[in-house]
Amino acid sequence: MVYLTRKLEFSASHLYHNPAFSAEENRRVFGKCNNPHGHGHNYVLEVTVAGEPNPATGMVLDLKELKEILQREVSDRMDHRFLNYEVPELAGQIPTCENIATVIWRLLESKITSGHLYRVRLYETPDLFVDCYGESNGAHPGTPSAAGDAR
Amino acid sequence: MKLHLWRRYKFCASHRLHSAQLGEEENRRLYGKCNNPYGHGHNYVVEVAVSGPVDPATGMIANLTDLDAFVEKEILEPFDHKYLNEEITEFQKNIPTTENICIEIFNRLRAFSRAKLERVRVEETGLNSFEYAGESAGVAHER
Repeated sequence: MVYLTRKLEFSASHLYHNPAFSAEENRRVFGKCNNPHGHGHNYVLEVTVAGEPNPATGMVLDLKELKEILQREVSDRMDHRFLNYEVPELAGQIPTCENIATVIWRLLESKITSGHLYRVRLYETPDLFVDCYGESNGAHPGTPSAAGDAR
Repeated sequence: MKLHLWRRYKFCASHRLHSAQLGEEENRRLYGKCNNPYGHGHNYVVEVAVSGPVDPATGMIANLTDLDAFVEKEILEPFDHKYLNEEITEFQKNIPTTENICIEIFNRLRAFSRAKLERVRVEETGLNSFEYAGESAGVAHER
């Protein structure tokens, strides 16, 4: 199994606010992220696809195709957007790194047809990021069954 | 949905690699510059991964304020700007290699109550790092 990772950056704004909480509770739970005007990040997305290289092309999947999928599904939807208001998939959710990574996983999973989507890693800042492995309980790098694969 | 929330921290500390079970010459041969009796230091980077259900009310696995406060108290306060060999009890008996530092940090963070600790990754320098995910998963190395 080979793991191929493609990286993408997008910039977007968001705010954390739960209408079921009081103003005071929103401020306490979400801190600075509750600023009603929102704030933004340069998100870095790493999408990892696992698969065997096709003997005819030597590729797990065509990077050009992956680039186009990422452009269409992620950049066009999220880049330079206010995530709370402009991304329907996030409607009614707090746009945390956890929830954005989950939305991205769901957008990409069925579109990757060569190999399979293995991991979505989304950096909100270099010090905060989320790994999403979908619904599978599959092993990942570093666990005993896959220890030799990726590290 | 299987999610890991990762948070990155930094601390600076000194250490010396020296095994009481080995002679002076053997220590020098094995640990090289790291055996310098006066010790030396690194800017360590610690990455901590936790997992758990995403609370629909907050969109979070764990509130970073809680995780940051816990890591500050358990790791950064005791480790930052310290001489690990003498000021961390564990390293008065175990050699403070990054392998052992990684395991010690994992063991200290196990008690975090707001989410499940999945994995700890420690960079001693930008060129080497170690990961530990508990006894069952072993230690993965990158050199």
